[in-house]
Amino acid sequence: MSDSQRPDADRIRTLLASEGDEIKENTRLFNAGRYDAVKDVGEDVHERNRTRAREIKEDAIERLPELIHQTRNAVEANGGTVYVADDAADANRYIAEVAEAKDAGSVVKSKSMTTEEIDLNEALEDGGLEVWETDLGEFVVQVAEESPSHIVGPSLHKSREEITELFEREFDPDEPLDSAQKLTAFAREFLGERIDDAEVGITGANFVMAESGSIALVTNEGNARKCASIPDTHVAVAGIEKIIPSVAELEPFAELISRSATGQEIPQYLSLLTPPVDTPTVDFDRPDEPGFGGGDGERDFHLVLIDNGRRAMRQDEDLRETLYCIRCGACANSCANFQSVGGHAFGGETYTGGIATGWEAGIEGNDVAEEFNDLCTGCSRCVNACPVKIDIPWINTVVRDRINRGKDPGFDDLLVDGLVPDEEESGTPLRKRFFGNFETVAKLGSATAPLSNAVASTGIARKAMESVLGVDARRDLPEFERTTLKDWAAERESRVADPDRRVALYPDVYTNYVQTERGKAAVRVLEALGCEVVVPDVGGSGRAPLSQGMIATAESKAEDAAASLLPYVEEGYDVVVVEPSDLAMFRREYEKLLDAGTQERLDEGSYEVLEYVFGLLENGADADALPAGDGHGVAYHSHCQQRTLGLETYTETVLDRLGYDVLTSDVECCGMAGSFGYKSEYYELSMDVGETLAEQFEPEADERTVVASGTSCMEQLDALLSPGTRHPVELLDPVRR
Amino acid sequence: MSEGRAATDPVAEFRQSLSDLDTPSTVVAPDELGAALEDVVETPAVGAELPFDDLSLADAPVTLDPSPAQLRAAASGVTGSRMGIASLGTVAVESRAEGDEVVGLYPSQHVAVIKASDIRADLADAFDWLRAEFEAGRRSFVLATGPSSTGDMGALVQGVHGPEAVHIVIVRDNE
Repeated sequence: MSDSQRPDADRIRTLLASEGDEIKENTRLFNAGRYDAVKDVGEDVHERNRTRAREIKEDAIERLPELIHQTRNAVEANGGTVYVADDAADANRYIAEVAEAKDAGSVVKSKSMTTEEIDLNEALEDGGLEVWETDLGEFVVQVAEESPSHIVGPSLHKSREEITELFEREFDPDEPLDSAQKLTAFAREFLGERIDDAEVGITGANFVMAESGSIALVTNEGNARKCASIPDTHVAVAGIEKIIPSVAELEPFAELISRSATGQEIPQYLSLLTPPVDTPTVDFDRPDEPGFGGGDGERDFHLVLIDNGRRAMRQDEDLRETLYCIRCGACANSCANFQSVGGHAFGGETYTGGIATGWEAGIEGNDVAEEFNDLCTGCSRCVNACPVKIDIPWINTVVRDRINRGKDPGFDDLLVDGLVPDEEESGTPLRKRFFGNFETVAKLGSATAPLSNAVASTGIARKAMESVLGVDARRDLPEFERTTLKDWAAERESRVADPDRRVALYPDVYTNYVQTERGKAAVRVLEALGCEVVVPDVGGSGRAPLSQGMIATAESKAEDAAASLLPYVEEGYDVVVVEPSDLAMFRREYEKLLDAGTQERLDEGSYEVLEYVFGLLENGADADALPAGDGHGVAYHSHCQQRTLGLETYTETVLDRLGYDVLTSDVECCGMAGSFGYKSEYYELSMDVGETLAEQFEPEADERTVVASGTSCMEQLDALLSPGTRHPVELLDPVRR
Repeated sequence: MSEGRAATDPVAEFRQSLSDLDTPSTVVAPDELGAALEDVVETPAVGAELPFDDLSLADAPVTLDPSPAQLRAAASGVTGSRMGIASLGTVAVESRAEGDEVVGLYPSQHVAVIKASDIRADLADAFDWLRAEFEAGRRSFVLATGPSSTGDMGALVQGVHGPEAVHIVIVRDNE
């Protein structure tokens, strides 16, 4: 894809303006539906289904060659044919041959992302066939000559008015199509005739069941059923990864797929078909003949299983999980950036949203994935949304790492090595290395503060940072403190003579160099609750380089941090972390970066600061040692990764117990997410995402103290509302008593 | 299953689920089926003979084995269903030689006849049933829940490629 397709600021601005409103409304509707539906069925039940679904997929992908073989035997025993296509061209050639053998003039299709992937429509049309998409959303996209912008709702970027305009222009109907009802009726009539006339019906397959050679189709409109049963010939096209062992394994997916996609308990139609089906064919050329026009048509069924890069993905340890995807779109719906720009920015040639990077990297290649990979901020909100527990942020990070290599050859000669002392191979883009080495920048900035702050805030410096490093000049920069948290703590005598617990407070880069106040408050709070607190000499967790896809550097940071912290754990200290994204490193990402034993010991010994305070209070610490809330209002914004870990509730509970009146934000993400909001091409998107948070807090900001757990969230809130956001632990600071 | 659920009458729960889907239902004794269908079915109507030994559409106001023109012109299509799901309001329609699949799909109203004793509690029970059916060689079903619908045209609309309305006739068991 050309450079013009890269998500630059102009393209994002255009999409925000042209498609943003519809995408926002529809994805948020789906997302809210998912939350409600999960609550209705019960979190425990949902979690059990996810665990089971994951196990089934792990097993099926492991046994894929055997399952393909079994599928072939079953389908052939039923009287159908299986064709395993190596790639798009192979699949298209085969399907065109099937259509030719039937002397087909037209083909009707039920929505199928897999056929989008292989560009089947173009291939068949080139061969002289008429091809009609019968899913209404897909039909809109076909008529508009666009690509789908969402896996589940291909046309959800279009308003009803736009569809009316499109249909009236293209079809010149007798009556105006000025309502959803009229549009639907028109499309039903138009497509109904084409289904009745078509010689071949093409569907996807949400699941293929190896034992019986059956396919499962999930639809609301009923078009898949018609495409599969009306024409004599049915071609089902599916990726090889869609195979599960048998109908028994379908059950958790039947529970999960619609609930995750649209918030429905079950789709309107869940079809389990074992073609050729017994349903009589309908011969509309013999309209008055009873028995469905004679009903003697010869049914023919072809299952086309597509590889197109999937077997290689199966061998790729980091991409393999992508094959567990059931195309529900929950990752896209839960993604704050996707909610703003949709799949025409956050997607490649076929797939869109969170999991799209894995698909596009595996099917098309890293260059296609690169078009949108940076739109994943690693916020991890999709992690719990995914019905098969795919670690989507990790896949995006791995692909980013692969894309980074070889991007900026020669860069090492240009810059002082000191600013980017990382582990990356040469070629990693300079700006990524700048953000990835923020710890070094912070160390220097702090050592030279206040001069560094003064220089950084000049117009010349901001212009230079924008043009060389891509740091948007509209964004306030963090101000470095001359005295780091570590230095402050080192100067201090412990205040607790007979401690109940001993704490090693982790000085993350921001808390140590920038937000030292929240670090000091944390020390005083923990001391007031009877803890001895030390601030050990530890470096960054590796979060910053990881966000830039610099995995080798992140790994080295992780090893150093673990080596520095574990001796404390072994001596009975609890590690307490202020910055949620760093705790998330210990709990989630370190699984990939460190050996299992090290990661587990660190994970088990670490706590988020308010989680820890909650635990202390539960175990008898005296809440009266902390200032009381006295009914004071708090507007609290948790942090994406903190919420993914299920830690939001501790802050709420502690504040509530101290007597605060807590209002919690209900947005997916503030839109800042680490370095993302600093980058000039993403600044406007970041602010657009943040707008939702501002809307919720703005009316409250006069009466409530605004607090946020994450550094980036605080920066974003300060940009959106009047500055003054604090970390919740600062409210607990005994100096406020 | 929770105790509260177990205590619920499956027919009552099924009807509640249907009602949540804006899908009307009627409960009748076996010998009232013909009359009930007279009331519910809109004519002209087509039908697929019921998959039950003791119930038939022979006296119902429907055309069995219809011509394509009759199928297209029908206002109602009557099929049987050998399994319903109480918690969801779902009916299973089998793809049989009688044409259930198209009869239940083309007309704007789908009338499904189900026996009260064939109503299962939830999707898990439904899958027990499906597994047994698959083993017995009956392996093509659609689990249909309410009318067909779409949100693709800017608002939720019922009646797309499938029916706009569904009516379920529940036949009480002979005792």
